[in-house]
Amino acid sequence: MTTTNGEPSGGDTAPPLLTARRLAKTYGRTPALRGASVALRAGEILAVTGASGSGKSTLLHCLAGIVRPDAGTVECAGERLDTLPERRLSELRRTEFGVVFQFGQLIPELTVLDNVALPLLLAGTARGAAHERAGEWLERFGVLGQQLLRPGELSGGQAQRVSLARALVTGPKVVFADEPTGALDSLAGEQVMGALTHTARESGTAVLLITHDAQVAAYADRELRLSDGALAADGAETSAEVTS
Amino acid sequence: MYRVHNEVMSTRHILLGLLAGGPSHGYDLKRRHDERFPQARPLAYGQVYTTLQRLVRDGLAEVDGTDTDGGPERTKYRTTADGKHELADWVRQISAPAPHVVNEIFAKVVVAILAGGDPAAYLLDQRAAHMARMRELTAVKTAPGSDLSTVLSADYALNHLDADLRWMTTTADRLTTLTAEVDTA
Repeated sequence: MTTTNGEPSGGDTAPPLLTARRLAKTYGRTPALRGASVALRAGEILAVTGASGSGKSTLLHCLAGIVRPDAGTVECAGERLDTLPERRLSELRRTEFGVVFQFGQLIPELTVLDNVALPLLLAGTARGAAHERAGEWLERFGVLGQQLLRPGELSGGQAQRVSLARALVTGPKVVFADEPTGALDSLAGEQVMGALTHTARESGTAVLLITHDAQVAAYADRELRLSDGALAADGAETSAEVTS
Repeated sequence: MYRVHNEVMSTRHILLGLLAGGPSHGYDLKRRHDERFPQARPLAYGQVYTTLQRLVRDGLAEVDGTDTDGGPERTKYRTTADGKHELADWVRQISAPAPHVVNEIFAKVVVAILAGGDPAAYLLDQRAAHMARMRELTAVKTAPGSDLSTVLSADYALNHLDADLRWMTTTADRLTTLTAEVDTA
């Protein structure tokens, strides 16, 4: 089954950057994750696919330190995220992780430029330098011309490219993208996926991509399938590799 | 009323189409075909010359003279009035919708059930092979400098593979019912 999960591109044997082992998470009485394991290597683009309700987004939330799992471990570059104090976790999310959601989730009151500069300002970068760097990223994604607009004045594709700029502006190790093209038509989706994967490969940023769309998953180096909160049979190899 | 066209791919009409822009010789037609349809199987020279001879035989093309150009002598061809008419007819013909009536994947699933095999494992392997091909096609279409013909051709293949995948997912979800149905038939 190496065709589905295979080895990350380049046959990299370095230890994974981000590892989750036997994650479990239940909301009320509904189990969202039931023993899912995953390993993401530096610079790798991994697609997590599965039907609605298969636990894809919960897996992303656990890996990104947004939600703590009920059981199992999450480790990023030697640090245990599942037991990390909130303050350090929040710092990690700000500096090492970038997140892109289905509906951009830009702050409507701020200009495009301020939205992208925000993670840098929160990390203590001076305003001028933050704006300069934000402008560079907007230019990279072809939306510099929109820098003074508010998010409500953007097309869906433009808003997602601004979200990508915001996710990448701090130079994170990992970008988490949850159905980043889910609200876009196919051409706009193609541009967003092209921009995301091209930039990630160029900068060596790892991407964990959640999608139900096989054509979006085909942009990744490999695919992991979730079914009912656990890896589908074709993910068994990766699971074994991680837990051994 | 539309006429429905059942041929999978018509080399003669594609060559006629390439001749529509002006006289050309076999080597040039082959080169232009392969450039224009980068994802298609490259045309063999033998096939080009055989097809051109048939077009001449059927009165759809004719010899336009020879071209030596310092190298070996090459016969140039041009399209005839009948050829232009035939081509205009062909581009208006509707291709038969849903031509894939022979579904090998479905046949294998049913045979696996009949023979006591593991159709679920087969579907997972087939899915992995489809995804691997989709990754290759995505790399082709997103490579720097890919022209629009390459992108559109890869898109066509990607959409068909994606349709197969969705069908396989549904079939995998219905395997228990299908197994019961096949076993009791």
